[in-house]
Amino acid sequence: MTGHDHSRTFQADHPEPTSDAARIGLALRELLIEAGHYTVDEEQVVIAAMQGASPENGAKIVARAWIDPAYRERLLRNGGKALEEAGFDIAPYEFTVMENTGDIHNVIVCTLCSCYPRSLLGMSPAWYKSKSYRSRVVREPRKVLAEFGVKLNEDVDVRVHDSTAELRYMVLPQRPAGTDGWSEEKLASLVTRDSLIGTQRDLRVRCRS
Amino acid sequence: MTAPKFTTGQRVRIADRTPPVHHRVPSYAKGQVGIIERVCGMHGEPEKFIRGDGIPAQRLYRVTIPQTELWKPYDGTASDILEIEIFEHWLEPAE
Repeated sequence: MTGHDHSRTFQADHPEPTSDAARIGLALRELLIEAGHYTVDEEQVVIAAMQGASPENGAKIVARAWIDPAYRERLLRNGGKALEEAGFDIAPYEFTVMENTGDIHNVIVCTLCSCYPRSLLGMSPAWYKSKSYRSRVVREPRKVLAEFGVKLNEDVDVRVHDSTAELRYMVLPQRPAGTDGWSEEKLASLVTRDSLIGTQRDLRVRCRS
Repeated sequence: MTAPKFTTGQRVRIADRTPPVHHRVPSYAKGQVGIIERVCGMHGEPEKFIRGDGIPAQRLYRVTIPQTELWKPYDGTASDILEIEIFEHWLEPAE
């Protein structure tokens, strides 16, 4: 590397860009780095953090909330602070946790784009970014949820959360029956990505040897 | 940090306007009446950000709107709700 302290692509294993949009993105990145807005080292730290993010992080938070009622209370009241306690941070966004109960079901969407707590849960699923999900789940949530296998009776209220600005959401699913006395780690293994978005309601208790 | 103009439980109307810049209010929510669910923090305002006027922080709220008010007909129950984040300058008190 001479003159430039940054490689052409974000990551060495990325293919050369072929679309105009990808080229514009890379050109913008080069300009931002040359203008000193951030360094390649800072960029690599963010990329590494994003790659380390996964639904397992959310599962740990959920399991802790199931086991510790005081933590659950803090998580629902001030998600960001409770997240810090668990060693995570999604600043500048406000982490917001919505609790499912016997008569409330929460589901998350971003109708305007595809906002998602990515630095905590990793990349969002492809369907979460689809126009179909984004437009339909606000208009006909019960029908969309049924397509995901979530059949809700009329005595369960549906709460759709449109992530339009600076909050990032996670659903706190219900703890399944038959898990009394389970360790936090074992409980966390039950939690799925979709249950953190709200497109799954009942968690299955799998038999593990 | 300025004091919030609205409080939890207050009825508000979301402005029905379309500025010719990026803004974070979906068209389905414009003109709707809802209840402040919670008062959130101060955040950069997207409309001014896009014009390059700097990013003056604005108070953000979560607003609850009954689904049966948003969509007619709505295939669900009267207690189904939608909750959405709206900046203060998009809200006015409702009757």
